[in-house]
Amino acid sequence: MTTGNSTDTSRAALFEHPIVRVVACGSVDDGKSTLIGRLLAETESVPDDILDYARNTRRSGSTIPKGEVDFSMLTDGLEAEHEQGITIDVAYRHLYLPSGRRAIIADAPGHEQYTRNMAVAASTADVAILLVDATRGIRPQTHRHLTVCAIMGVRTVIVAINKMDAVDYKHVAFEEFAGGVRAAAARFDLDEVEVIPVSALTGDNVIEGSGQMPWYHGPTVLEALTSWRPSAAEDRSGAPFRMPVQYVVRAEDFRGYAGTVVSGTVRPGDKIVVNAKGGTTSVERVMFGDRDIEVARAGQAVTLTLETETDVTRGDLLVAPPEDLAAEHFPRPATAFAADLVWTGDEELRHGRSYLLLAGSLAVPAVVTAIRARRDVVSGEEMAARTLKMNDIGHVEISTDTAVPLDPYTLSRDTGGFLLVERVSRDTVAAGLVRHALRRAHNVVPHTFTVDQEARALLKSQRPRVLWLTGLPGAGKSTIADALEGRLHAMGMHTYVLDGDGVRTGLNKDLGFTPEDRAENVRRVAETAKLMMDAGLIVIVSLVSPFRGDRRAAKGLFPEGDFLEVWVDTPADVVVERDPKGLYAKAKAGTLPNMTGVGQTYEPPEHPDLVVSGSGELATAVDQLLDVLDVVDVVDVVDVRH
Amino acid sequence: MSSRMSSVAKTAAETAVAPDAVLDALEAEAIHVFREAAGAFRRPVMLYSIGKDSTVLLHLAVKAFAPGRVPFPVLHIDTTWKFREMIEFRDRKAREHDLDLTVHTNPEGLAEGVTPFTHGAHEHTRIMKTVALRQALDAGGYDAAFGGARRDEERSRAKERIFSLREPGHRWEPRKQRPEFWRTANTQLSEGQTMRVFPMSNWTELDVWRYIQREEIEVVPLYFAKERPVVERDGQLIMVDDERYPLRDGEKPEMRSVRFRTLGCYPLTAAVESTADTMDDLLAEMLVDRRSERSGRLIDGEGGGSMESKKTEGYF
Repeated sequence: MTTGNSTDTSRAALFEHPIVRVVACGSVDDGKSTLIGRLLAETESVPDDILDYARNTRRSGSTIPKGEVDFSMLTDGLEAEHEQGITIDVAYRHLYLPSGRRAIIADAPGHEQYTRNMAVAASTADVAILLVDATRGIRPQTHRHLTVCAIMGVRTVIVAINKMDAVDYKHVAFEEFAGGVRAAAARFDLDEVEVIPVSALTGDNVIEGSGQMPWYHGPTVLEALTSWRPSAAEDRSGAPFRMPVQYVVRAEDFRGYAGTVVSGTVRPGDKIVVNAKGGTTSVERVMFGDRDIEVARAGQAVTLTLETETDVTRGDLLVAPPEDLAAEHFPRPATAFAADLVWTGDEELRHGRSYLLLAGSLAVPAVVTAIRARRDVVSGEEMAARTLKMNDIGHVEISTDTAVPLDPYTLSRDTGGFLLVERVSRDTVAAGLVRHALRRAHNVVPHTFTVDQEARALLKSQRPRVLWLTGLPGAGKSTIADALEGRLHAMGMHTYVLDGDGVRTGLNKDLGFTPEDRAENVRRVAETAKLMMDAGLIVIVSLVSPFRGDRRAAKGLFPEGDFLEVWVDTPADVVVERDPKGLYAKAKAGTLPNMTGVGQTYEPPEHPDLVVSGSGELATAVDQLLDVLDVVDVVDVVDVRH
Repeated sequence: MSSRMSSVAKTAAETAVAPDAVLDALEAEAIHVFREAAGAFRRPVMLYSIGKDSTVLLHLAVKAFAPGRVPFPVLHIDTTWKFREMIEFRDRKAREHDLDLTVHTNPEGLAEGVTPFTHGAHEHTRIMKTVALRQALDAGGYDAAFGGARRDEERSRAKERIFSLREPGHRWEPRKQRPEFWRTANTQLSEGQTMRVFPMSNWTELDVWRYIQREEIEVVPLYFAKERPVVERDGQLIMVDDERYPLRDGEKPEMRSVRFRTLGCYPLTAAVESTADTMDDLLAEMLVDRRSERSGRLIDGEGGGSMESKKTEGYF
C-alpha cells in the first residue's frame, strides 16, 4: 500500500488546530437545536436530502409550516428523543468553517439530569456556545453550564442571547442579560467571553449581521467561531513532551512504542524518561506509518524507537526529563491525589470501595479515601458531603495501588484526566480531574521499613503466600483449611486461617450479601491477607467468593505466584445434602435471597492454580495443597538474600 | 449583507489552515483509536465490507501498526449478492497485506435460499447480514470489532460512541452507552459484553474521498463511472451484475454510464448516472450533488429510525 505523497509540512499543520471542538449548551427550549441546525444548513454542512427531510417532516406541536426548513429537525437523532421532543444524548456534528477549519459541535442535552452528558461534551471542547433565552433571562442552568464548562477546561465561551425577535430586538433587554452573564463568567478563569444578541429563528447575527440590531457591532456566532485561536495555554506543542504508550509494535529486528504525542514535540536524539522515574534514555527514531520523520508534535500518532533496551509497555508514560522543566510541571509518580470528580454512575460513590482508575492506557485499582466537598454548580460554592450521586461534582482524595504519573488537569487534559470504573459492571462511574498529587501531610505512600517481608520470612524459614480457597457454601473449604493448617503447624510453619464466617462477625460485619457487598468483602479479606503475608505468614483464606471478577481483583493485589487460587470443587447435590449450617434449607424456603448456588450464581474459576475435591478424601486434598505450597523447599527464600 | 460576508471572509483568511490539516487530525485520531483497542482487547477483529470506508479503514490499520503486520484478523460477511468486482478486490487486498481474512455466509440463510427477491430487502439484510454477523462474531470469540461507520452517515449515528458497547447478544442499548471523556476510553468489559469500535467516527464522506485521493489508495472500480448494464426500478438504477437478477416481462438491461456512491448487495444498491471516471471528476461531482450517500441504499428509507432499530438488533 502506498503511504501517499503528502509532505511533512502538512503534518506540521496539526499545530494549527485544524479541528475546533465546540460544546453547545443551554436550557431546554432555549432554541439550541434551531441555532445549530441553522449554522449547519447555512454553511452547507448538511446534505440536500436531509434538508428536504427537515422541510417535510414535522413533530407534533410544531408551528413551522411544511415546506420551510425546521432547523431543529436537523439535529434530533434518536426515536425516543423525537417522541419527547428533547435531546437526551450528546450528538456530534460537522460544521465546515469558511477558514477551511472543521468545527465538531457536540450537542449537549439541557436537562439537569444530563449534567454528566454535558461534561462529556465539554471534556474535549475548545469553545462553548451557551444559549440564554432573552425572554426568560439567566437561569440556574446558565450557571450550571458555565461551571461545568469551566471545570472541564473550556476557555472560550460564546454566549448567544437568543430569541431577540421576541423582545423586539431591544438593546436594553440584551444589556441586562449580557451584564449578568459577564459577571457570572468572571468567577472562572476564562480567556474570552463573547456575548452576542441572536435570533436563531430569524437568523439575525447567526451567520450574517442583523439589520434589526444596528446598536450591536460585535461578531456573529459564525464569525466568533471562525476567529477562535488557541491561547498560549492551549498550545499543546509548546508544553513539555508527554506520550502515553498505547501499543508495542514488533517486527523483525524492530521494537517501537506507539502512541499519540499529547503535548510537546519529540525528535530523534531527544532525552526521555519512562514514567517520570529512573534513568534517561534517548529517542532513536520517530516514525509515522513506515516512514521516519524529523519531528512529531502534539496531536500526532507516531511510533518511537529508543537507543537503549528499556522495558517499556502499554500504559507507560514517556516524558521529557526534569532538568528541562520547571519542577512542579513534572508528573512524579504518586499514589495519592486531590481531584475533582464528575459522578456519572447510577450508584453513588462508596467511600473506601475499590474502583479501577483509567488514565491514558493505564489501569490501576484505586480507592476514594476522603470526600472533601460537593460543589454547588449554581452558586459555585463547596459544601460538606458524605457521598456523590449521579451528576454531582465533588472534591475528593484518591489513592492508587501503585504509583502513577499524573499531571494537574489545568496543565493537561490528557495526562490530568482519568476515569473511575466500577469493578463488577465495568461502567464508567466518574470522570476525574487531578488537582495535584498529595505528597506531604496526606501522603499515604508507605514508609519503607528496614525489616521487610523478606526479612520476616527468613526468620520463619518459609515462603509467605496466600492460598485462596473458593467454592460453594458447604463445599468443605473450612474443613480443608483447618486440616491443612494443622499439618503446616506441625511442620513448624507460621500460618493463619482467614475464614469467611469469622470476618463477617468482625471486620466485615457492616456488609451484606449483595454483589456489591460481596465485592467489598473479598477486597477487605484480600487486603488483610496481604498484610498477613507481609508479616511473613502462610495465609489460608476460606471464602465462598463467588464472582470471578472479585477474585481476579484480589489476585491482582499480589505479586505473581504469591496468590494461589484453589477451587474446592464439590457437586451441588452433595453440598445441598450436607447443608452444615441449614442455609440451603432457608434459601429453598425463600428466606435467604442472595444464597450462592440458589439465588445467586457461583462462577467457578477458569484457570485455578489447583482444583481439590471437597467430596473426596480429606487427606488427599491436604496433600495436594502441601504439594502446591512446596513447603519443604525453603531454598528460594534463602536465595533471594545474597 | 455584503459587508458582513466580507467580515466572515476576513476572519476566515486570518485563521485559515492548510488544506490537508483536517485530514491529518482525523487520521491521527483514527490511528490512536486503532492502537488503543488493539492494546486493550483480548481478540479484536476488523469488519471489512470492501467499500471505500473499509478500504480507508484498512489503510489506517496498516499505518497504525507499521512496520509490523496488522495484528488482528479481518472478517467479511458475504451475503452472496455482492458485486463480483468487490469479491475479486477483497481477495487481492488480502494477499497484498498478508491479512488473516475470514469470510462468513449464514449457512441457514443459504440453505433456505434467502434472497432479496424471495424474502424482501429487509429480511434478506436481517438474515444474511445482521444474523450472519452475530454468528461470525460469536464463532470467533471476538471481544471487539472495528467498523468504518461515520457519524455523518445517518441521523442516529450522530450519537454513536467511538467505543460503542454491546450487551450480550450484540444488542445496542442507546441509554446504556458509556460517557466518553477526552481520549480516554473505558475498554473494560463485563461478562458477555463486546465492543464495536469506530476509528472514523468523525470523518465525513468528503473527507474519505479526499483522503483516498491524497494517499493514492486503490478502491473498487465501481465507484467510478463506466458503461454498465442497468434496469430502472421505482426510479432507482440497478445494475444487473449476474444472471440471478429476475427481469420483468419486456425488461432489458441497457448500458448506461453510471457509478456507485456506496457498495452493498447489488440488487439493493442504486447507481447514479455519471461520467466521473477520475478522482478529480468524482470530487467535483460530489461538490455539486449534495445528496447524502445513503439516499442510494434501498433499505434505509423506511422511517427515520430504521437504522436505529436495525442497530439495536446488532447491525453494524
